[in-house]
Amino acid sequence: MVVFKKPHALTDVPFHYCPGCTHGIVHRLVAEVIDELGIEGETVGIAPVGCSVFAYNYFNCDMIEAPHGRAPAVATGVKRANPDKTVFTYQGDGDLAAIGTAETVHVGTRGENITIIFINNAIYGMTGGQVAPTSLPGQVTQTTPYGRDVKYSGNPIRVCEMMSTVTGTAYVERVAVDCVKNVRHAKEAIRKAFTMQQEKKGLSLVEFLSTCPTNWGLTPVKALDWLRENLMAYYPLGVYKDVTAEEEAK
Amino acid sequence: MSKMLMKGNEAIAEAAIRAGCKLFFGYPITPQTELSEYMAKQMPKRGGLCLQAESEIAAINMVLGATASGARAITSSSSPGISLKSEGISYIAGSDLPCVIVNVQRGGPGLGGIQPAQSDYNQATKAPGHGDLHLIVLAPASVQEMASLTGLAFDLADQYRMPAMILADGALGQMMEPVDFEERTARELPEKTWACCGHGNKREHNIINSLYIQPNVLEDIVKERFKRYEEVEKNEVMYEEYMCDDADTVIVAYGITARIAKSAVKEARARGVKAGLFRCITLYPFPAKELERLSHKVKRFISVEMNMGQMVNDVKVATDCRVPVTHYGRTGGVIPTVKEITEEILRLSAKKEG
Repeated sequence: MVVFKKPHALTDVPFHYCPGCTHGIVHRLVAEVIDELGIEGETVGIAPVGCSVFAYNYFNCDMIEAPHGRAPAVATGVKRANPDKTVFTYQGDGDLAAIGTAETVHVGTRGENITIIFINNAIYGMTGGQVAPTSLPGQVTQTTPYGRDVKYSGNPIRVCEMMSTVTGTAYVERVAVDCVKNVRHAKEAIRKAFTMQQEKKGLSLVEFLSTCPTNWGLTPVKALDWLRENLMAYYPLGVYKDVTAEEEAK
Repeated sequence: MSKMLMKGNEAIAEAAIRAGCKLFFGYPITPQTELSEYMAKQMPKRGGLCLQAESEIAAINMVLGATASGARAITSSSSPGISLKSEGISYIAGSDLPCVIVNVQRGGPGLGGIQPAQSDYNQATKAPGHGDLHLIVLAPASVQEMASLTGLAFDLADQYRMPAMILADGALGQMMEPVDFEERTARELPEKTWACCGHGNKREHNIINSLYIQPNVLEDIVKERFKRYEEVEKNEVMYEEYMCDDADTVIVAYGITARIAKSAVKEARARGVKAGLFRCITLYPFPAKELERLSHKVKRFISVEMNMGQMVNDVKVATDCRVPVTHYGRTGGVIPTVKEITEEILRLSAKKEG
């Protein structure tokens, strides 16, 4: 009896992610949902620029690699040409909330029926640990070596809070994958996001508070502790918008 | 079919729709606006889509997504907007994707002006984006050619899997002329087996990508692309010669400037000077061999452009400076007159012969 196997929607290519990085968990959850919904053949994924740039090698659906921050625009092009396919982007915080902020906001205003999987680890990972739009006040990074001074480097962006105010977004939730309970819940959030896309409700966005032990300079276990103590305090978990719940409430 | 009176910008839009382009993504900028307005009116009625993006950058990336999924897509802009699109153009070229980009040129640099110019020649033919790449660059000289070259641009882009640009200018975009949308002979094109539109569980997953971390792999891919560019250079050169057979002085020009130069050639001939016109229709591939051939029998070339001297360098390289190659240009949105060009022909002819 098979009790555990790799989802079909993941290829056999080994992940390049660092030990303790939560990208791998989120990749698997997305793939499990694609398998369970039976949509691998009808799905197009958009990879970002950043640590998860090689996502195109890992997902078994058709994959396009977008310029930095432009995944929502690329996804718009795919979706408008193929309205009945499922389209998702997979983006980090620098990609989505710095260089691609305009694309993120406007894919929401248009209510594009796509799903954004947003990895927020509060740092630029691939380039070696520079300050991110979501780095916390006081956070030490390679380009804020004395800690992020918000008067000098600006304030962190709370993406879910911002996107929940945009008319056109259908579902916005912030989750974490730091423990089994949260992993299980995160998978349900992905399923809900994909389902709402299929029902053409508008943009769905799931933010994952994630770890970067390498660039945070912490062990994987301590990185999870830091995430719980610091990221969760600044970026509370929860559903920020759900138009189906609002419809039911009426 | 009878001819229709249209603006050049509208002719491009109509030709794109007739070429099977279902998706237009753009951002408003003068002097190409009529193109997107025509698309906005026509696309919904004809089973297509016209979407105004939040930025030039988003528009070109929407084109990237649409073409990556196998559809024909087009975007249009004018000089400052093309600079913004250059990131996306590089990615589209690096991902071997076809598409059509329209540049209705205006004066530059910076915000420049809104009057016609040809000062984006170097950008279009030399550095449309970062990296080793080319665009196919087509230069219409009439509203009719705005239409016919647009249809061709889609075919060339699909055939060679590379982006193609219509390099027009504000004069061609704005002026009205009769245009005939007769049935064009579409090329036989390969099936888009590379498209990312869902594998339907019938094939391996497709990946469209421009990242190759291993230098030798990237080099091989760039070299393969340049093999295709060689084919383009071999097969797709287009030009027009006017009274070049016995000419001493040949003007090299393209687009609206070539039309003015044609009148100057007639005027110079009327005054006893053997002038001719070599009009480039493709700027990439550049008609280098044809100019080289001409360089053995003429006394001089004058490159007439609406810029400070850009294509003139390509004429010099093509002809090996066998005979003098000079530049005559106006810039900033100033269009050279027939009189100015005629005087330049007469001045240079008198200098050499006197």
